[in-house]
Amino acid sequence: MNRIQQLFLQKKNNILSVYFTAGYPKLTDTGILIKTLAKSGVDMIEVGMPFSDPLADGPVIQHSSEIALLNGITMKLYFEQIFQVRSEVDLPLIFMGYLNMVIQFGPENFCAHCKDAGIDGVILPDMPVEIYKKEFRPIFEKYDLYPVFLITPQTSEERIKQLDAASKGFLYIVSSSSTTGIKHKIEHEQIEYFKRIQKIALKNPGIIGFGISNKDTFQQACAYAHGAIIGSAYIKILENSTDIEKDTQRFIEQILY
Amino acid sequence: MDYSVDNNGFYGDFGGAFIPEMMYPNIEELKHNYLNIINDDSFKKEFQTLLKDYVGRPSPLYFAKRLSEHYNTQIYLKREDLNHTGAHKINNTIGQILVAQRLKKTRIIAETGAGQHGVATATVCALMGLQCIVYMGDLDVQRQAPNVARMKMLGAEVVPVHCGNKTLKDATNEALRDWINNPVDTHYIIGSVVGPHPYPDMVTRFQSVISEEMKYQLKEKTGNENPDVIIACVGGGSNAAGAFYHYLDVNSVKLIGVEASGKGLDTGQSAATLVLGKPGILHGSRSIVMQNADGQITEPYSISAGLDYPGIGPIHSHLFKTGRAIFENVTDAEALKAANLLTRLEGIIPALETAHALAVLEKISFGRHEVIVINISGRGDKDMSTYLEHLNDE
Repeated sequence: MNRIQQLFLQKKNNILSVYFTAGYPKLTDTGILIKTLAKSGVDMIEVGMPFSDPLADGPVIQHSSEIALLNGITMKLYFEQIFQVRSEVDLPLIFMGYLNMVIQFGPENFCAHCKDAGIDGVILPDMPVEIYKKEFRPIFEKYDLYPVFLITPQTSEERIKQLDAASKGFLYIVSSSSTTGIKHKIEHEQIEYFKRIQKIALKNPGIIGFGISNKDTFQQACAYAHGAIIGSAYIKILENSTDIEKDTQRFIEQILY
Repeated sequence: MDYSVDNNGFYGDFGGAFIPEMMYPNIEELKHNYLNIINDDSFKKEFQTLLKDYVGRPSPLYFAKRLSEHYNTQIYLKREDLNHTGAHKINNTIGQILVAQRLKKTRIIAETGAGQHGVATATVCALMGLQCIVYMGDLDVQRQAPNVARMKMLGAEVVPVHCGNKTLKDATNEALRDWINNPVDTHYIIGSVVGPHPYPDMVTRFQSVISEEMKYQLKEKTGNENPDVIIACVGGGSNAAGAFYHYLDVNSVKLIGVEASGKGLDTGQSAATLVLGKPGILHGSRSIVMQNADGQITEPYSISAGLDYPGIGPIHSHLFKTGRAIFENVTDAEALKAANLLTRLEGIIPALETAHALAVLEKISFGRHEVIVINISGRGDKDMSTYLEHLNDE
């Protein structure tokens, strides 16, 4: 069974998903961070494969991507690093990146590598759902890879249903119309938007991301969805850390307890 | 063969809208409205009036007698360099500012490399009294001080971009991110035939005034509205798209696009995307893109800031793939030489970008009676420091 599916069967709320950039802060930190996050009680991890031109990302993740690329992260290394740590952790791992990298790697080759490395889901913010259905769905299904699509406050109800139908595992609810790491709190209008989404009969559980940075925003988000994703706030911790394992544990503890 | 865009924004395999969901409403709004707006009579009237009275169109089609004698052929120059602000860029910014007004947008953003598109955008924002923010790579801000000064004098806020390589590619990313963060009140005036659909088509339509005028100007001068050859330089490819547009279905007209090969194709310092690139996705559309094996976009180089772009408009990838247009490439040195030749023979100092188109005359011989149109996309004022640096190269 796909580990994302398994997770949502076992746990219905307060799901904590954490994003970090592979090969950052140091090239060899990927495996260490996966293990530390798993030990700290995180439910799911999104491992970002850096891209030179990350359109959806704000300054914090952009910067981490630049450093990771300078460190020498490649697609091949990314899959090796995940593969090496996979036997030691049980939680779902998600590939997050941009479509061009998948196309250059070859979509089938990409899906096969994800499967081999033990990746359960894929988030490609710039992959249009129409293109996914036309060109990629059969390959994703063949390798039991879950595609996760994003919705935003501006997404129409009709389109939300289309994106929900194409998504597997969960639906990524982007909290505000912004790039990553721009907003730090949840405003009244966002709550209204979360409530609106709650009323739509969705096939998938919803996970809220963008602007979730601490215990308060995590709990607020969890009141309206099955869980939430933290990205930029965690990257900032790593950016200034001299002991990434200890700081990771402390950061996650502060959110969960 | 069909060279126009289909309903999904594709030219054959290229184009489309590969955008994050956060940008979807902006693009949908534009996609649903742009054709209605630009086909509306009141729009057409306002656009044409501004092109005539403000930009100074039609731009002359000039028979270059001494250059023709030099190459033993018939050369006509389409003088986009005589437009207000000194290049073809203003055709597009006039069109887009009128679209933005009709969409009730109050805040305008743009990207710029050398600063020509930034100046053209700042100009129309001043004209219409709209707020203008121009994203420019930090490296370009330093290299293009006179254009930065022009934009500031015109009232634009110039935002230096520090991410990536701090050049045009990164400025474009940052403008797209701004648009994601400001989805309601902002219109993004993209400067070339790149970006997600409908931008390539919309910009092509605004620039198509170039070939529209060429048709009747040629008819007047030669008795035939069709030339044998049209030559234009290509970075993103907006001046070439405009110069080719009304001839795309006239197969007897040979279309030649000219890319910048910088210091040479195999030096690692080049911007010849169609030679060095592969199909990929950049700035929201599928086209030919310079990239490494992992799909990371590589930084291009050309002496001409307007041509060093790692992608190319999807329309040109399609024209390349179908063979409707052929694409040559020209080095820095060849372009500098061509700029000097035009200056000495005709008294016209071309932009460095344009000089690449002119340099093709050295590479391809044309018949004595063949009619060649070269699109003089811009004037060389902005390039004087580069020209002076290389004055004694030979």
